[in-house]
Amino acid sequence: MKFIKYLLTGILFGIILTKGEVISWYRIQEMFLFDSFHMYGVIGSAVVMGAIMIFIIKNKELKSIKGTKITIGDKERGFARYIIGGIIFGLGWSMTGACPGPIYVLIGNGFSVFIVVLLSALFGTFTYGLLKDKLPH
Amino acid sequence: MMEYILAPWPWYVTGPLITLVMYLMLYFGKKFGLSSSMRTVCAIGGAGKVAKFFDFDWKAQVWNLVFIAGTFIGGFIASYYMSNGQPIALSENTLATLSSWNIDGSVSGFIPESIFSWESLLTYKGFMLMIVGGFFVGFGARYADGCTSGHAISGLSNLQLPSLIAVMGFFIGGLFTTYILLPYILG
Repeated sequence: MKFIKYLLTGILFGIILTKGEVISWYRIQEMFLFDSFHMYGVIGSAVVMGAIMIFIIKNKELKSIKGTKITIGDKERGFARYIIGGIIFGLGWSMTGACPGPIYVLIGNGFSVFIVVLLSALFGTFTYGLLKDKLPH
Repeated sequence: MMEYILAPWPWYVTGPLITLVMYLMLYFGKKFGLSSSMRTVCAIGGAGKVAKFFDFDWKAQVWNLVFIAGTFIGGFIASYYMSNGQPIALSENTLATLSSWNIDGSVSGFIPESIFSWESLLTYKGFMLMIVGGFFVGFGARYADGCTSGHAISGLSNLQLPSLIAVMGFFIGGLFTTYILLPYILG
């Protein structure tokens, strides 16, 4: 039962990404072509609201469901892994029109061929794990 | 009310709702990130035997997979019960560019099914966009330690410099694909 809240939150997220057209390959192309504000509005408003939310969480020391203080970890410092990994991810984001969330949500929408995209992404994840120590970070 | 739910949601509804999901995950004492689930799946599949990166207690990550299971169901619910079938209102400029990529007229669903379908999987276009593209998504997300949710939404909200660098990378790669690769592959 303790997992049901994650399931419900996931359902909400799947609905949001579908209804906001974030899962659309067309919308991703439109974003990279700078032809519409839609995707910038989605990401931008999520970030602005998120920054306000995190500021309040830290400032008011808000508590989690377990009664402990909510902590948000910092990302490890670095440059190479973020820029190189980011570029590789970006290449794939525009090719598939989907980042990991939308890959899952598209399958739920009935686009079953995205199972192949998911398997390929899993293979990419696995390959990174194999090569990790040989790559600049 | 119902007509607003069935119509596509504008950005100022979608964005803040994504923030709500991030808040819920933080409130549950977890993180908002989608791509780390793929590492967990590799670990469950036994990848820990060949790479240390996957040798961790994946049972502590089951909540993430339950969240992912929810996203499938959410996608199903939204498409079958919450849609009015209206085509996406793309800009004229984008439609013109799509046409130059041989993707024409009826932009009805979310994706061009002439390219993203089982029939085209082993064609040049389908292989490049789905299989090579998918590989880049999975490889790049782990290399950069996060994807759109972890870096662009969570990381930028938390004013993390590494996330800003990663998001710049996302755009360099995405712009290269859209302006150079896609015209070459599809044109």
